[in-house]
Amino acid sequence: MRVQAGEEANEKGAYFGLAMLTAILVMVLLAVVLGAILGFASVKFKVEGNPLVEKVDAILPQTQCGQCGFPGCRPYAEAVASGQAAPNLCVPGGDKVAKSLADLLGVEFQPVGGAEGAGPKPKRVAFIDESACIGCTACIKVCPVDAIIGSTKLMHTILIDRCTGCELCVPVCPVDCITMEPIKADLATWKWRYPVFELKKAA
Amino acid sequence: MSSPHILTAGSKVSTIMLLVLVALLPAIAAYYFFFGPAILISLTLASATALATEAMMLKLRSYPVKFFLADGSAILTGWLLALSIPPLAPWWLIVVGTAFAIIVAKHLYGGLGNNLFNPAMAGFAVLMISFPAIMTHWPTPLMLAQHPVGLAEALRYYFSGALQGVNLDAVTMATPLDTLKTQLSLQHTVGEVKHMPIYGSFGGKGGEVVAAMYLLGGLFLLQQRIITWHTPVSFLVTLALVAAVFNGINPTHYASPMFHLFTGGAMLGAFFIATDYVTAPTTPKGKLIFGTGVGILEYVIRVFGGYPDGVAFSILIMNAAVPLIDAYTQPRVFGHNT
Amino acid sequence: MRTLQKFHGGVHPPQHKAESNCLPILAAPLPKRVIVPLRQHLGTPAKVHVKIGDHVLKGQMIGIANGYISAAVHAPTSGTVSAIDLHAIPHPSGLPDLCIRIEADGEDRWIEHQAVDYKTADPDTVRAVLRDAGIVGLGGAAFPTYVKLNPGQQGKIRTLVLNGAECEPWITSDDVLMRERAAEIVEGIKIMAHLMQPEKVLIGIEDNKPEAIAAMQAVCRSVNLEQAANFEVVPVPTLYPGGGEKQLIKVLTGKEVPSGQRPLNIGVVCANVATAYTVHRAINHGEPVISRIVTVTGNVQRPQNFEVLIGTPLGEIIQLAGGAAADTSHYLIGGPMMGFDLTNLDAPLTKATNCIIAASPALFPPKPAAMPCIRCGQCAQACPADLQPQELFWFSQSKNFDKACAYNLFDCIECGCCDYVCPSHIPLVSYFRFAKSEIAMQNCEKAAAEQAREHFEFKKQREEREKQEKAARMAEKAAAAAAAKAAATANGEAEDPAIAAKKAAIQAAVERTKAKKAEAAAAASTNTTEPS
Repeated sequence: MRVQAGEEANEKGAYFGLAMLTAILVMVLLAVVLGAILGFASVKFKVEGNPLVEKVDAILPQTQCGQCGFPGCRPYAEAVASGQAAPNLCVPGGDKVAKSLADLLGVEFQPVGGAEGAGPKPKRVAFIDESACIGCTACIKVCPVDAIIGSTKLMHTILIDRCTGCELCVPVCPVDCITMEPIKADLATWKWRYPVFELKKAA
Repeated sequence: MSSPHILTAGSKVSTIMLLVLVALLPAIAAYYFFFGPAILISLTLASATALATEAMMLKLRSYPVKFFLADGSAILTGWLLALSIPPLAPWWLIVVGTAFAIIVAKHLYGGLGNNLFNPAMAGFAVLMISFPAIMTHWPTPLMLAQHPVGLAEALRYYFSGALQGVNLDAVTMATPLDTLKTQLSLQHTVGEVKHMPIYGSFGGKGGEVVAAMYLLGGLFLLQQRIITWHTPVSFLVTLALVAAVFNGINPTHYASPMFHLFTGGAMLGAFFIATDYVTAPTTPKGKLIFGTGVGILEYVIRVFGGYPDGVAFSILIMNAAVPLIDAYTQPRVFGHNT
Repeated sequence: MRTLQKFHGGVHPPQHKAESNCLPILAAPLPKRVIVPLRQHLGTPAKVHVKIGDHVLKGQMIGIANGYISAAVHAPTSGTVSAIDLHAIPHPSGLPDLCIRIEADGEDRWIEHQAVDYKTADPDTVRAVLRDAGIVGLGGAAFPTYVKLNPGQQGKIRTLVLNGAECEPWITSDDVLMRERAAEIVEGIKIMAHLMQPEKVLIGIEDNKPEAIAAMQAVCRSVNLEQAANFEVVPVPTLYPGGGEKQLIKVLTGKEVPSGQRPLNIGVVCANVATAYTVHRAINHGEPVISRIVTVTGNVQRPQNFEVLIGTPLGEIIQLAGGAAADTSHYLIGGPMMGFDLTNLDAPLTKATNCIIAASPALFPPKPAAMPCIRCGQCAQACPADLQPQELFWFSQSKNFDKACAYNLFDCIECGCCDYVCPSHIPLVSYFRFAKSEIAMQNCEKAAAEQAREHFEFKKQREEREKQEKAARMAEKAAAAAAAKAAATANGEAEDPAIAAKKAAIQAAVERTKAKKAEAAAAASTNTTEPS
């Protein structure tokens, strides 16, 4: 009996040894095959350039205001994509853009401008008080999108359709004749509101 | 207020729920007739528990309690659960099941319209897993019973857990499906088993009439356009087809399609549970896939699984697949090619 | 008998047509003042063509079509332009828009106008006449008709569909127009058919308007006999929204207008019967669109259809029907399924305004509170665009706009069938409108951002270029200076003899001085040696 049991145990041991070997072999083979596929894919579907920069840039509002500390949206996008800048520095985009960027990068969302956060500001455009303008061209030089026309000693005016509302022209005006004015709601910009969903009427 | 400015007269969630409750009435009447008054107690208990827990959850979630209690969805959940479990049982069984259904399966998932799993079936599954012994004691049909249980006696059993003069086994028995499974495992043939007194013309005695009443109620819902034909038809046809295949291969070991259609919860499941709006697909193709899946699983669990019936588990499993089914079965939109 | 196709879904709301279609069309009296909005059509608003203080005649163009998708507007009566400013208009937003106000002089004097012989005229000329007569689709969307009636590159037009379905409850303006002016409508259809040369002309009318069908059939029969035309009046089943352009085309031709395209893409053109009437007035009489038939119904004393000048304040039009009853809570513009609340009774009648309904809580009970969606799928069964409104609702509500688009939100025609059947009373269409306008705005912003990016890049490039140019200029200057210097040096070498002479002279001078010094020194030394 005792001998038999021992034999059985031996048999079992051999069996398990074989099973283990098979399992290891299968795993190794699997690893090799999958590794080969991955390697092949990385060569075959190699993406040129850094698509992340494009994606980040697409989310940014392109006001080119530089309030993030970078000279324009594209440089900021590059910095965000390479991890050198936080995704919550875009002031015109507000929390909405910060949220989209955080989602894209897979990092935790941080509100713009510290804890209190900032909603996207209502869209405003620059307005020049043409009676006060002295025609110094200072604003024309700083406008990132060429939205101000005029020339030396001549009155300047803003192309509303081009203005991104970056406010860069406001501080440089020597006579403080530039103000930011909200765009008036009209039929062309009117939107349907979010419906009021009367679900929780006071318990 | 934006358009449209008119609504279908009388179309309300509560109307839909009410019609479904009405459609259950013939089956309840048959239940009462064949299995005694115990079912009325369990329905009452289930309704009360459902309303109480629903009100509690609404309050906790600071929803308008009266407004939502009136929609009737909680009572329907209670009724469906009561009709799925043995009617002669301790009071706490139905209370625990219903409370789980409403609190966990419904409200913790977001309340009306947001639950992934059918609340009644989730409650059933919990009871089935937790208290399997009680869940197999079904009352004997009145025409076979030597000791019919009246209303007073049923009430006593509900709240004291004891019957006068007899023990529970004398007034209850296993279900026809359960009996078939047990007897088949004892090497009897389907033909031999079906001659036992608890079997009727094609299902269990009494139970087959209740099933027919569910069918009747289901047809009423179809006629009222509360449900569409897709789910019940695909469910029942699949169940019958699979049963027919196995029955054709080995009639001594596998019961006929008719037997499968009219025993257990097949009819109740097909017309009242698998058609639950919230937890079933919304696309026609999706409903067909859903019904087919439930039909196959139902047969597999019933015949090869460890539980006497498989409606609850098959529906719960398919519930989990509903978002995927819906996403892949979107119908062609006007002006699109595919 | 033509075999008709079906569209998916649809609903049967109570008709309420009988209230207003029993009485004949009544011409409204001349208003004291008219307010003509410049935006009465889809596309760019018309450009102001008059000045404050100008005297204008009835039918005179006061706003000129601005761009391709645009149409002119005209003075509805003679009088003086008193203001050109923002004024309330009938629009769901309640926002004011630019309008021309004319104080009527009471003479109602026509400007000189004449018919055009469309059969001999160049089609482009006829279309220009239609544009300048301000003809737009009167079915609701007010799309400039001359654009629609241009087969363009599409080539063969198979079917011209005339829409007389008028599927919205309460509205009967097309119904009474077809009953009373079938001959004029058919004249208009003839002009359209002449421009488009379709293989067949189908006039679809819902079968709840037997009188209109009979009237149109009678005229078409005689026209077909006399002029070998092939106009067919097709009664279509009454089912809302059977008068939707895409739905009617599907019912009549069996063809679906591809998503995001126009009927023209499948060789079909669809126009409203009322539009055909205005085409006839414009071409055969030279009269622009300065009036229209409008249904005034609901909670008013005498519901009826009126022929009213464009620009008449809506409040005055309601008075024509005897005024609204005391329990009137608000007014609807258009039908109850797709119409909107009127926010200001001073708003004028526009070309697209086909119906004014005085609403009372009895006729239009306030909507009950919405419940959560229970996914019953009744909306999907009612949707004429085969959409799944319950999914679109889910995505719109959670502002998941990408998903909403993927589920074809933009194929929604906002007909309101889903709202109508929803047992949870969810304002589905409101959610869809919100999502649509939000997505449209996002796309606009994206395009604007793209533009800004381009402008920025351009400016950067320009600055770079300027810097380079400056650098180049500086370099050039420096180079020029260097070159001058170099040139100077080079020149010096070239004029060697002169410089050599100078150098020699200097050298000579130096030598001379040295010599003198030496001489002096020698002399001094001799002097000193002598005494010693």
